[in-house]
Order: sequence, then structure tokens, then C-alpha cells
Amino acid sequence: MSTNGMESWAVDLKDVGAIYPFQGSEVVMVIIGLVFWIGWHVLQTRHESAEIEADMAADRTGDETRKAIDRH
Amino acid sequence: MEGNLNALTTIFTEFYYWVTIVMMFLIHVGFCMYEVGVSRRRNHLKTLMKNAMAIPLVTITFYFFGWWIYFGFPNGPGIAGGLVTAPFAEPWNPLMGTHLSGVNPGETGVTPTDAALWHRLNGVFWGAFLLFSITTASIISGSIIERVRSGAFWIVAVLVGSVLWILDASWGWHPQGWMVKLWGYHDAYASGVVHAIAGGAALAFLIVLGPRIGKFRPDGTARDIPPHNVWLVTIGLFLIFTGFWGFYAACNIPLISPATIAGQITGETWTATNIYLAPTTLSAITFNFLMSLSGGMLAGYIVSKGDPFWTFSMGLCGIISASAGNDLYHPIQALLIGAIVPTICYNLHYFVERRFKIDDAVGAVAVHGYGGFLGVVVAGFMLWGQPSSPYEGFAHINPLGNLAGAVLMFVLGFVPTFVVCKILNSMNLLRVPAKVELEGVDFALNHAFEASVREVGTAEKAMIK
Repeated sequence: MSTNGMESWAVDLKDVGAIYPFQGSEVVMVIIGLVFWIGWHVLQTRHESAEIEADMAADRTGDETRKAIDRH
Repeated sequence: MEGNLNALTTIFTEFYYWVTIVMMFLIHVGFCMYEVGVSRRRNHLKTLMKNAMAIPLVTITFYFFGWWIYFGFPNGPGIAGGLVTAPFAEPWNPLMGTHLSGVNPGETGVTPTDAALWHRLNGVFWGAFLLFSITTASIISGSIIERVRSGAFWIVAVLVGSVLWILDASWGWHPQGWMVKLWGYHDAYASGVVHAIAGGAALAFLIVLGPRIGKFRPDGTARDIPPHNVWLVTIGLFLIFTGFWGFYAACNIPLISPATIAGQITGETWTATNIYLAPTTLSAITFNFLMSLSGGMLAGYIVSKGDPFWTFSMGLCGIISASAGNDLYHPIQALLIGAIVPTICYNLHYFVERRFKIDDAVGAVAVHGYGGFLGVVVAGFMLWGQPSSPYEGFAHINPLGNLAGAVLMFVLGFVPTFVVCKILNSMNLLRVPAKVELEGVDFALNHAFEASVREVGTAEKAMIK
């Protein structure tokens, strides 16, 4: 038993196809990959929103903003 | 060389490795930028020179004995056989210089077979392996900045770069290495043989060296010492990513026939192989390199809340953590390994910093040490049961073999470095005095610079009419 179905390299390479592990689960892997990608956007959006809210709550007087503008 | 096809293959292979060497030099440009970016202004020059001088020191020592170790020690010796003779890698052998493949009258130590194989390949193979050596040494350099004596680092750089890593490469990253034969160890793009051993060595160095003054508050909690120039740090890491393409390509044999491999593979189909001479493709490693880098950067952005230092570092950790099996993984597997392992490493970095007061200025132990270690362990599970070699009688890849291999790599870096650092410390050669650390290790250089600026400025002003 091996994770890619190959037990040895005693083969003619012209007869060998994919050699990655867990062949046959490509669709599942793509779904997991898509979930990872969409999940990343959800988490990133939450973090960015929290960061913007913190920025909005900061510097009520505008002094720090003026300094930031001066610093260019 | 016999026949046009053989000549073309040899010259193609020679050029291929030559290009990888040029690309891998970018890793060292990146390391220098990265370290200088992380260090504070009063430590720039010594930080730069500490890293840069590892290049010539490891180069000459790798010529004198490192290259020979790789070919001499695949059996241990004493584990799977004796010491292997490798005259073509001895520094006094004519094949360690310009050679055109014949054997001159009176030329000793050169057989026609060795001459035919090595006359064009010895220098470029040596160079590619040397760049791995310098990388392994440089990994340690960043973690110990701002308080280490440069001379201490350079001694450890030679130890790790020209002895320890190439010894472990001979054992676990060689077609006939005993770890591959007996344990089924698989580490195609050097998660363990370069990164775990360097991480182990860096951790040992840091334990003996101690943290920078001011790193920890009186209550033991850690202060952040931010990089002085985040742009330099990120461009440095970008360059390391770029150089890693050369690193990956250099881990492959670009083109070889089954007859030349002389293993179990039948038929006439030529192929690229990994270092164990088992088939893979450049296409495979391109998929997996980019997907594991992406996994690391995406995870790094989230867990570090967009911190550039950690987002880029975790991208690198993503590559390292998938490297052991990137010749064989599916790209989505590389993506997920590249995301999960760096997340663990990021948390381990802060846990070890808090718990054991380890001040690793660049997170090298986490990115390279833990990332490489876990990468090897994961490969043992993912590739379980697959052949480790095209040769008969080798153990299959398995979790226990790779776990034992990962431990061996880390320990082989840790123990000798710990001993050498202890000796250097006992001789007051490891760390600069506290006064110098507070002044900055560039103090004298900066004063000389300022005196020069004042003197020339005064002279110029005196000439104003």
C-alpha cells in the first residue's frame, strides 16, 4: 500500500501517469482549496473592518491626523 | 565525450546548474538586505559584514573538505558500509580545476570514467551545493544579530556550512545515503537537510548567546524590537523567494536516461529526477513551489494581522514546510501544508520566546527549524509507502523514517553548535560586552565616518570665497 499506488520504480515511465498522493480525490481537494480561498476573504474582511473601526475611533481631536499629513 | 547526444546532455546539465548558482546568489543578496533591515541603525555595518563574510569562508572550506564529505560519507561510515573513496572531490585532484576529460600522462587520481563524468560537472555541482551550504550558514546569522561577535558566527558558519549540513546531505540527500536506504528518508527539496539543521543550530546558538539587552521586561514578558526598515526586509525576502527558484532547480537532475540511472526503471524515456534519482518534473515543482508559497503568505497575513515581516516570512516557511515532498505532492496539498505548518511555527515562535526567553531577531528557528522539521514529518505521512529510490532494496518512505530523520537533522545542527558556542563563550569570544552592545556594534566605525565627514566638510567650507 502506498499513497500514490506505486510500490517501486520498476516501471517504464511512458506507462506512468499521475504520481501525487491520494489520486481520485482531486474534486475534494479543489473544494477544500476553494473553501480555504473564500474563508481567507471572509477573515480578511473582518480583520480589515475591525482595523478601520479602530482607526475611526482614534484621534478625536484631529491632531494626530494633522501630524500624519505633515509627515506626508 | 562520446556522441553528440551525450555531449549535448552534459553541456546542457553544466549550463543548467550554472544558472541555478547565479539564481541562488540572490538568496544571499536577500539575506543581507533582510538582516540589515531588521537591525537597528547603530548595528548596520557589522550586521552586513557578518553575513556577507560567510560567503568566502564557507566557499574556501567547502572547496577544501565539504565537497569530499558529501561523497565520502553516504554510508555513515559504519552504518551501511565504509568510507567511500571520491578522488574527484579531493581538493588536490586535477578534476577540481579546469579539465577537458582526457587523462594527461602522469596525471594521478583521475580515472577515464571519473574524467568523462566530472570534467564539466564537478565545478557546477560543487557550486550549487556550495550555495546550499552558504544558505544553511546564513540562516543562523539573522537570529543572533546586534550582540554576537562576528568571529564566533564565522566559526559556526564553517562548522554548519562546510561540515554538518553536507554530512547530513550525504546521509539523507544522496542517492546512496544510508538514511534513504535504511529508513526510506525522503526530503527532496531540503526541508530537513538544509532548514531543520540550520534551525537546530540557530536555537543552540541563541540559548548560549542569550537575548539582546532590553528584549525582555523586568517581569519577563517580551518587548517588540521592530525592524528599522520594513521595506528593506520585505524586498530582502522577495529576493530570497526569487533565489529559491534556483535552489529548487538545483535539487533536480534536469535530464537523465533510465540506463544512466541504472536502477529499476525500464524503457527509454528520459526524465528529470530528484536528488535520489527518482523521477519528477520541473513542472511539478513549479506548481508546488508557488502553491506552498501562497499558502504561507495567505495564512501569514491572517495570523499576523497583515504584518509584512511575518506575512513574507510565513510565505518562506510555506515553501520550506512543503519542500520535503514537493516533487510528489498535488498542488492543493502543497497549498494546505504551506498554510497549516507556518501557522503552527508562528505560534511556536512566540511560545518559545515567552516560555524560554529566546530572542530570535528574525524568527529563523521558527521559519527554518520548526518549518523544516514539521515539513519532513508531514512528508512521511503524505508519501507513506512510496518508493524512496529507483534502486532495489531501499526502504519505502514512511512516517517513522522521516520522523527519525527530522529529529536527526535538528539534533545534528543543535548539539555540535551548542558545544562550540559554549567553548567560545568560555573564552569570551561569543558575545560583545554590554557597553558595546548598548553603543551599537558599529560605534567605532560610525565615529570614524563622522570624523571623516567633519574633516572633509571643514576643508571644503574653508575654500568657499
